[in-house]
Amino acid sequence: MCGIAGVINRSKKSVNVGEQMRLMLQGIKHRGPDSTGYAMYGTPLKTGFILRFKISENAVQVKGSAKTEDPEVLISRKKQVDALMKEHGAKITKQSNSTPYAFRYEFTYKNENLEELAKAIETVENTEILSIGKGLELIKDLGDATVVSDQYGLGKFMGTHGIGHTRMATESDVDIKSAHPYWAFPYQDVAVVHNGQLTNYWGNRRILERNGYRFNSDCDSEIIAVYIADKMSKGIELEQAMNDSLDELDGVFTYIVSTKNQLGMAKDHMAAKPMVIYEGKDIVACASEEVAIRNIFPHEIITYDPYEAEVKVWQV
Amino acid sequence: MAGLEKKVTAFQDENLSGRSQKLFFEVTEEENFTYYGNHDVDFNKRIAIDCEGIDAKELNQKVRDALLKGYGSIVIKNPGAKHALGVGILNKLNLIFEGSLGYFGVGCIDGPTVRINGRVGWSCAENMMSGKVVVEKNAGSCFGAALRGGDLICKGDAGARTGIDMKGGTILVGGNAGAYTGFMMQRGRIIVCGNVSANMGDSMYDGIIFVGGEPKSLGTDCIEGEMNDHEVRWLEQKIKNAEIDCGVPASKFKKYVAGRMLWNYDNLEPAEKKGILG
Repeated sequence: MCGIAGVINRSKKSVNVGEQMRLMLQGIKHRGPDSTGYAMYGTPLKTGFILRFKISENAVQVKGSAKTEDPEVLISRKKQVDALMKEHGAKITKQSNSTPYAFRYEFTYKNENLEELAKAIETVENTEILSIGKGLELIKDLGDATVVSDQYGLGKFMGTHGIGHTRMATESDVDIKSAHPYWAFPYQDVAVVHNGQLTNYWGNRRILERNGYRFNSDCDSEIIAVYIADKMSKGIELEQAMNDSLDELDGVFTYIVSTKNQLGMAKDHMAAKPMVIYEGKDIVACASEEVAIRNIFPHEIITYDPYEAEVKVWQV
Repeated sequence: MAGLEKKVTAFQDENLSGRSQKLFFEVTEEENFTYYGNHDVDFNKRIAIDCEGIDAKELNQKVRDALLKGYGSIVIKNPGAKHALGVGILNKLNLIFEGSLGYFGVGCIDGPTVRINGRVGWSCAENMMSGKVVVEKNAGSCFGAALRGGDLICKGDAGARTGIDMKGGTILVGGNAGAYTGFMMQRGRIIVCGNVSANMGDSMYDGIIFVGGEPKSLGTDCIEGEMNDHEVRWLEQKIKNAEIDCGVPASKFKKYVAGRMLWNYDNLEPAEKKGILG
């Protein structure tokens, strides 16, 4: 019973999307107290990319299999990542971190194809790229929406749109790697959050792995991101890829996808997982429960449930 | 509570066996002659309760306190789509929500007349025994789940599994309804003025679904039936009473019933009936 939420400000103006997402996710905290994740889109960089990655688990709060790691080990892993990026021709222009295990880099790269670089970075032990993109910043950690927002300073994040997730762990551990959102490796600026269960996960995972895609966790939601990335890399539009997923992914699910200028939602054929949508003139908000949307719209608004097998995509 | 020891009282005929306990009536005990939570209220006494900053439990307690004081008309302001608001009211009452409800709104009620000037989330009026609930905007999934009696009206669109497992009463949807509407319904009537999504009436045992538009597809066990004049008149009156302008005359509605009667509720022995409905 996870909670998902998404918001898109269609007027192209940057607003405080960090605070909008925090309020929405805090409203559906009861749907998933284990971890919270944000994927938000700021003003896109003209040159270069933003990289968010982690080199260890949040071992202080973790209830799963991860153990606390020596700070020295973390420092050496970061050095390895820096060296690998240099080796592959990526030039780091700016870097910051809010925790000893999660980092934000801005870097320039020789071309737009980031697969080689991403694969190289992930060869470092316990290292996972959370996101790479021109505007996308993906942050996930254990705790509720406010805890994660305060920890990573998201309260002042300015941008156009974002998606988020509050997780109740059912299929895999309580740790950062199983937390949502998932970045659509190696497709820049695409992220996914999901509520539900996928029953043909292993079959689809084997097919995608044979095609060269990597899976970092055993969480069934990760496959949606990889599936969408696979379709988009073949030149298929987001809306079509989402429509295809309704037939090819089996189970009960509702998910939200975001790209650099789009936000989309899809609901399965059984309509078994909740979603409420508010479509305003300048803003569209969707969430598992209306109470999340009410946190940013206290006044009376008209909301509705999408029907089964429905796909909707909104543009910035 | 009435004592478990045998006393000389009336109503001693029923012998319960197995793990059931023998309960006897004590004619002097007042609680045997009153319903829990049922108060004398005056409909002219009106109170407004603000839901801002309080949770569902506190709000429901405030409603009960107002009932105890005899308020017959209660207005809830700023419900903010919170869950489980207005549940468990077993009283005659005019209850008005000035906004939207979250999940399980006005569930397990018996008697009140409720107006919701907003939208409702999943499982609105679940297990309602009697009364009337009017939703002015759209409704989420499982609208009127396991409904047992009363009138449940949504003036907008309702979500998937509307009237799932319903055992009586009437659900009236002014717009469209989602997939699996009338799923496993056992009795009662569903009226949808617009269209219905896939698998309507899947696994229905009994009951009737009236559709003004078109169902996308019928589920297992659901077949089209024939409308009679009595049903047309009833439908006309029901839609008129609900003040819904559906644009389709009652005579053009289609009727859907269970294809095979898994249970014939009317001809069951009382003991069997108890087993099914209990």
